[in-house]
Amino acid sequence: MSEPLVLGIETSCDETGIGIVRGRTLLSNTIASSMDEHARYGGVVPEVAARAHLEEMQPAIERALAEAQVRLEDLDAVAVTSGPGLAGALMVGIGAAKGLAVSLGKPLYAVNHLVGHIAADILTPDSVPLEYPTIALLVSGGHTSLLHVRDLTTDVELLGETVDDAAGEAFDKVARILGLPYPGGPEIDRAAVGGDPAAIRFPRGLSRASDLEKHRYDFSFSGLKTAVARWIEREQAAGNPIPVADVAASFREAVVDVLVTKALAACIDRGVPRLLLGGGVIANRRLREVALARAAEAGVTVRIPPLSLCTDNGAMIAGLAAELIASGRQPSTLAFGADSTLPVTEIQVAERDAVAAGTGVG
Amino acid sequence: MDTSLGSAVGLTGRDGRTVAEVSQTGHLGHAEAIGALLEQVLAAAPSAGAGAAPTDEAAAETLTHVAAGMGPGPFTGLRIGIAAARAFALGRGVPVIAVPSHHAAALAVIESDAPAEPFAILTDARRRETAVTVYEGIDVDGIPHAVVDTVLVPQAEVDRRLGALRRIEVTEISGAALARVARRAVAAGRTLTGSEPLYLRPPDARVPAAPKKVGS
Ligand SMILES: [Zn+2]
Repeated sequence: MSEPLVLGIETSCDETGIGIVRGRTLLSNTIASSMDEHARYGGVVPEVAARAHLEEMQPAIERALAEAQVRLEDLDAVAVTSGPGLAGALMVGIGAAKGLAVSLGKPLYAVNHLVGHIAADILTPDSVPLEYPTIALLVSGGHTSLLHVRDLTTDVELLGETVDDAAGEAFDKVARILGLPYPGGPEIDRAAVGGDPAAIRFPRGLSRASDLEKHRYDFSFSGLKTAVARWIEREQAAGNPIPVADVAASFREAVVDVLVTKALAACIDRGVPRLLLGGGVIANRRLREVALARAAEAGVTVRIPPLSLCTDNGAMIAGLAAELIASGRQPSTLAFGADSTLPVTEIQVAERDAVAAGTGVG
Repeated sequence: MDTSLGSAVGLTGRDGRTVAEVSQTGHLGHAEAIGALLEQVLAAAPSAGAGAAPTDEAAAETLTHVAAGMGPGPFTGLRIGIAAARAFALGRGVPVIAVPSHHAAALAVIESDAPAEPFAILTDARRRETAVTVYEGIDVDGIPHAVVDTVLVPQAEVDRRLGALRRIEVTEISGAALARVARRAVAAGRTLTGSEPLYLRPPDARVPAAPKKVGS
């Protein structure tokens, strides 16, 4: 089976993502987001997300099939995110994926969400295939991870991750401090227009020599958020007007600086001249600009999938499963569950023994 | 399919008889269990042995409806069965019939001991509350007749609220009983509940207040 037709289900956070791919060809990337419902809470509420996934699941699958112009019985496999993510949200996708796979008598592949973000890159039309090894920086509201990818289906190593808030969360929290709505990323960008990114020197988390020993590739954004809040309080106490554009630009610069510095350090340390960016925060134009400029100086090639494939989506899950199938991997058993902290080394969950593998699902 | 308490899957034939039924007790493990339970029921159906008449086999081959237990029950587990039921039905191109899970519990009671008096179905609703529905026999369509709709009652008040009413505490739902309730609803052209699960509680979420001071 060289070009498997796969439907992928992704529900790890607030997007109900249904994707359909044929091998590396994207046929549908259908996303229903519950972001608007979370806006008034200032962040993703797990129970609200899980309720929305259940509501959106069936219509999203139907829309994806219509867009891809395929029928369920044409599918070669169903794929689903097993983790990491919000447990209650993941379980809606897993329930649906199992129901669908058993109903159709098709194999089911349970895969890793973070590795899915890397797989998004291979679905990009007209681009040369992803070269290995590559360093991958995945930045969203739910994760901030730096990975060394030697092979998409067999060998992904976690170099570092956030020890507290994800980068996207930091944007949301600082937006709130500045009185801006959720989600914070685009709001901070808007507020930063015309601001001086060097106006205020906010701290770069885990970047001191003493931190770098143990946390060379780890991130921390909680201290940065507090530093912004403190700076504003001090200015207010002194009766000074708050230069919102400067604060937003300087905060964003601190986040971008630490992300790019650590990612390029990994490229250089590991002798890997390739950097792949993924996750919803890649929508941030400043992050892309700084990454491209500094990578060019360092002789590192940067790849950025289209934004619709950077945010959480089902196509990347289907794409990863299609690669697993093409490389001869067995489907997952039906016994897996949701693993909210699934390590990145587990690219596929609960793969069946090749010996025991017969036909159909099981 | 019902995951409002444990995980349960049942299959009934066109005559309403149980063809196959499997379950796993406990409030956890629904996501892990649901696929295998479904598969077991489907595998058992055509070869259900002495109990299975040819019509049942035919029914299994051409599944016509999927019944989904809509709760009440702990939300995280409850949703798994509903999601699975809907996706399974989508795969077979058949409709989903939404059934209050207490109806299935009540039908099982009525089928086994036909109580003449009203009785209450009680299930654990977490947070020291109990979900209670009061039934009295079946209605003209053969569906358990809920004389008081499902409510959440603090555990400490159950005695006072229910008084001498017979109580039946349920920890397991029968998939086959759920299917039978659905079958009767379909026959009568009735909708028993909406497409939203019987959450009975709003999500836990607070609209945040203004950011608090961090001090300097
Ligand atoms: Zn993600």
